[in-house]
Amino acid sequence: MSVLDETQTEVREGVDRETVEAVQAMAGKYKHGWETEIEMDFAPKGLNEDIVRLISAKNEEPEWMTDWRLQAFRRWQQMEEPDWAMLKIPMIDYQDQYYYAKPKSMQVKPKSLDEVDPKLLATYEKLGIPLKEQMILAGVEGADQIPAEGRKVAVDAVFDSVSVGTTFKEELKKAGVIFMSISEAVREHPDLVRKYLGSVVPQSDNYFATLNSAVFSDGSFVYIPEGVRCPMELSTYFRINAENTGQFERTLIIAEKGSYVSYLEGCTAPKRDIAQLHAAVVEIVVQEDAEVKYSTVQNWYPGDEEGRGGIYNFVTKRADCRGDRAKVMWTQVETGSAITWKYPSCILRGDESQGEFYSIAIANNMQQADTGTKMIHLGKNTRSRIVSKGISAGKAQNTYRGLVSMHPKAKNGRNYTQCDSLLIGDKCGAHTVPYIEVKNNSSRVEHEATTSKVDDDQLFYCRSRGMDEEEAVALVVNGFCKEVLQALPMEFAMEAQSLVAISLEGSVG
Amino acid sequence: MAQPQATQKQEALAARLAALRLPASGGWLSLARGLAETRLKDMGLPGRRDEYWRWTNPAALVAPEPAPAQPFDAQDEAPAFDAIDRVKLVFTDGVFDAEASDDPALAGVEVTRLAQAGAHDVHWAHEVYGVLEAAGQKPVERPLAALNSAYATEGVLIRATAKAAKPIHLIYNHESDSSDVILHHCVKIEEGAELTLLESGPAAARSNMVLEVLVADGAGFHHVRTQGRDHDRQAATHLFARLGDGSRFKSFTLTANGVMTRNEAVVELLGDDAVAHLAGAAMGDGDFHQDDTVFVTHDAERCESRQVFKKVLRNGAVGVFQGKILVKPGAQKTDGYQISQSLLLDEDSQFLAKPELEIYADDVSCSHGSTSGAIDDTALFYLRSRGVPERAAQSLLVLAFLAEALEEIEDEAIAEDIRGRLEGWLNRRMG
Repeated sequence: MSVLDETQTEVREGVDRETVEAVQAMAGKYKHGWETEIEMDFAPKGLNEDIVRLISAKNEEPEWMTDWRLQAFRRWQQMEEPDWAMLKIPMIDYQDQYYYAKPKSMQVKPKSLDEVDPKLLATYEKLGIPLKEQMILAGVEGADQIPAEGRKVAVDAVFDSVSVGTTFKEELKKAGVIFMSISEAVREHPDLVRKYLGSVVPQSDNYFATLNSAVFSDGSFVYIPEGVRCPMELSTYFRINAENTGQFERTLIIAEKGSYVSYLEGCTAPKRDIAQLHAAVVEIVVQEDAEVKYSTVQNWYPGDEEGRGGIYNFVTKRADCRGDRAKVMWTQVETGSAITWKYPSCILRGDESQGEFYSIAIANNMQQADTGTKMIHLGKNTRSRIVSKGISAGKAQNTYRGLVSMHPKAKNGRNYTQCDSLLIGDKCGAHTVPYIEVKNNSSRVEHEATTSKVDDDQLFYCRSRGMDEEEAVALVVNGFCKEVLQALPMEFAMEAQSLVAISLEGSVG
Repeated sequence: MAQPQATQKQEALAARLAALRLPASGGWLSLARGLAETRLKDMGLPGRRDEYWRWTNPAALVAPEPAPAQPFDAQDEAPAFDAIDRVKLVFTDGVFDAEASDDPALAGVEVTRLAQAGAHDVHWAHEVYGVLEAAGQKPVERPLAALNSAYATEGVLIRATAKAAKPIHLIYNHESDSSDVILHHCVKIEEGAELTLLESGPAAARSNMVLEVLVADGAGFHHVRTQGRDHDRQAATHLFARLGDGSRFKSFTLTANGVMTRNEAVVELLGDDAVAHLAGAAMGDGDFHQDDTVFVTHDAERCESRQVFKKVLRNGAVGVFQGKILVKPGAQKTDGYQISQSLLLDEDSQFLAKPELEIYADDVSCSHGSTSGAIDDTALFYLRSRGVPERAAQSLLVLAFLAEALEEIEDEAIAEDIRGRLEGWLNRRMG
C-alpha cells in the first residue's frame, strides 16, 4: 500500500466527525463566486475559421495542429447539438461568445512562477490552490500529520483560456514525468501530442468534443514513462473568470507500461447572471499494467435560485485501457454547473483491464444534471464497477445515464452497477437511464438502482441529538455518498464533503 | 440530420399504406379510425434510427408485405389452456371463425365483434377504442399502434359488469403462409367487475395486435397469453391499460420462438391504490428476436407496480427489455419494482436492456435490477452431485430462473398450463 492509500484510510475512520465539522464550517453559499479584476485580451467574439486560426496562432502551434483544428471546425459546422439527454438546454448562441481570453499580463509568457502576475497568484491563493512549490494544499485540516512526501501536489493552473503556470515541473522532470500545459506540450513534445491527441476521443466523437477539438485553448498534458510511479499527485485547477467567455480545455494523459498517476481536477467560476459555456475533452491512454486515478470536484457556478446564470458544462472524458491489466478509476463529485452533460467512460480493451466509476451528482434549485459512464468491455476477464449517487433538491433534475457493453469477445467480463437516487423535496426529479448490452454468456452483469427520500427516522435521530435540519440532511446525505467520498484522495474528500453540505443549502424547510 | 429521418419514416408509411385498405365501418368507428390515421401520418413509421427501436429492427414489421411464414405443426402437443373451462373465440388468419367459437354469452359478459359493432352510431367502446392508444403516444411514439387503430379489420369488444363466469380465450390460428393480420380488442371492466382474458397463438405470418383495457375503480383484470411456437412469424403487440382507484391488473406473456416479437405495454395508474403487475417469460433458440418494451406511469397515490421479465436464450437468440417506471409529481407513496434478467445458455446469445426510472415525487420507493449471465456452474454441479442428469439439472435451473415471472399468474391451473409448455419447450430444445 502506498502512502496515498494510507491517508485515505485515515479519512475513512474519521469521516463522520469530519463531516460534521465540515458542515459546521461552511456557512456561506457558493463561495467561489467572486471575480478577479484583471485586464484581459480577448479574441473577437464569435466562431469562424479565423478565430480557430487565431487560437492556434496565439498558442504558436505548428501547422499540423492548425489543420487538425480546422478539420474539426468544418465537421462541427455539419453537426447538430444532441438532444437525447434529459436536459432542457436553452438555445446557445455560439457566435455570442469569446473563444479566447488571456490575461494581459500573460502576453509575455512568464519564465517562472515568480514572474506571474500577483493578481493571478492571489486568485489561486484565494481558491486554496497554492502555486508556490513549498506550500501544500491550503486549508486541509490534519494535513500536518501526513508524511511530507505524501502531501505534494503539482498544480497546473488554467485561467480562462491559458495556463498560468505549472508547479513542481523540475522535480517531476527528474522522475521522467512530463506535466505541463497542453499548449506547451504541442510545442515541446509534438510527437507525443500528435500520436495521442484525438486517439481516444476522435474529432468527430460528438458535437461538443468536435467543438472542443476546434477551439481548445489550453489544458494539461501528462506523460508518465514506463515503470514510473508519479512521485506526487498532479492536479489542474480550472478557473473561468472573464464574462461571456467559453472555456474549452483539453487534457491528455498518457500512462506508459507499468506506470501510475493520480490526477485531480477542480473547477470554479464567478457568479454571473448570464450562463457561460464550458466544453472540455479529457483523453487518457493507459498501457499495460498502468493505473490512472482521475478525480474531479466540479464546482462551477450553478446559477442562482431562479436558474439565472451558471455554467453549461458539456464534457467528454474517456480512458482507453489499451494494455493488459491496465486500470482506470474515475471519481467525480458534481455539485456545480447549471447544466451538466458528462459521461466519463472506460474502454476496456486490454485483457484483465479494469474500469471504475464513482460519482456523486448533486442538483439543487434549478440545476440539471445528466451524467453517468460507459464501460465498454472488449478484452477478456475485464472488470468494471459503477457506483453512482444522485441527489436532487429544489426544482432540480438529476439523471444517471450509463452504458455497460459486453462485446462477444469479452469473455468472463464482470460488471456491477449500483445507482442510488435521493430526493429532497417534492419538486425535483431523479432519473435512471442505464443501457445494458450483453453479447456473450460468460460475462456477468448486475445492475441495481433505488430511489428514495431522506429517511425520516435518520433525520429525527440527528435532530434529537441537537442538529438543525440542514445539518442533519447534510449528514445523512454524506452518509449516502460515503462509498464515493472514500474513493477520493484525501484533500478532495474533505472538499467534497463540505461541498455536499453547501450544495444542499436551502433545500429543506 | 432530422429531416432525412422524418422523410424516411413518411416514405415507409406511404409504402405500407399503399398495401392497405381502410376497412369500411361507418358510425363511431370511422371517426376513431380517422383520428388514428391522422396521428399515424404525423408520426410516420418507425425506423432503425429511432431511439425506441435501438435494439429491434422494425423493418420486417413496417414492410408493405409480410415475409412468408409457415404455420407451425404442433403435432401431439395439447393446445394452450385446453384443460381450463373457458369460452373460446377463434380467429383464423385474422378472420373470425364462428363455427369453432363458443357462445360468448356463456362468459356472463358482453362481447361484440369489432366488425359488427363499428357500424353503430353509439357504442361503449368509443371511449376506449384508440383513446388509450392515443394517450400512450406520449412521450414516446408508437406508430404501429396507431396504424392498428386506423386499419384493424377485426377484434372483440368485451365489457364486464360483474365477475365473469368463465375466462374468455382468444385463439389465433395461423394457416396461410402470407397472412398479414391487424386485430384490435377493447376491454372495459366496470366498477367491481372481474375478467380473465387468455390469448394464444401467433395469429398470422405477420400480426399487429392492440389490446386496450379500461379497468374501473375496484375492478380486476387478469391477462395471460402465449404467443405460439411458429418459427418464422413476426408480431408486434401493444397492450394499453388504464387503472382506476383500487383496481388490480395482471398480465403475463409467454414467448417461445418467433423470429420477431415486439411486445409493448403501456400502463397508466390513474386511481389511488391501484396495483399493476406485468410479467414475461421468453424462450429463444436460434434466430429468435424478442423485445419487451414496457412503460408504467404512476399518476396517483399509493399505487404498486411490478415488472418481472425473464429471458432464456441460446444459439444466437436476442432478448431485449426496455422498461420504464415514470412517477409523476404528486404520485406519493408509490411502490415501483422492476426486474429484468436473462439466462444466456451459450456464447452467441445477446441480452440488451434499458431499465429506466423517471421520478418526480420524493416519498416513493422505486427500485430496479437487471442481471445477465450463464447457468450457475455451482448449482449445476450440486444437482449433478445429487444424481440429477445434466440435462434435467439444466432444465430445473432454467425453470427456477423463470419461476418469479410465473408467480405473477394468479390462477394456479393457468400457471400449470404455462409451466407445462415451458417444460415441453425445454425437453425439445435442450435435448
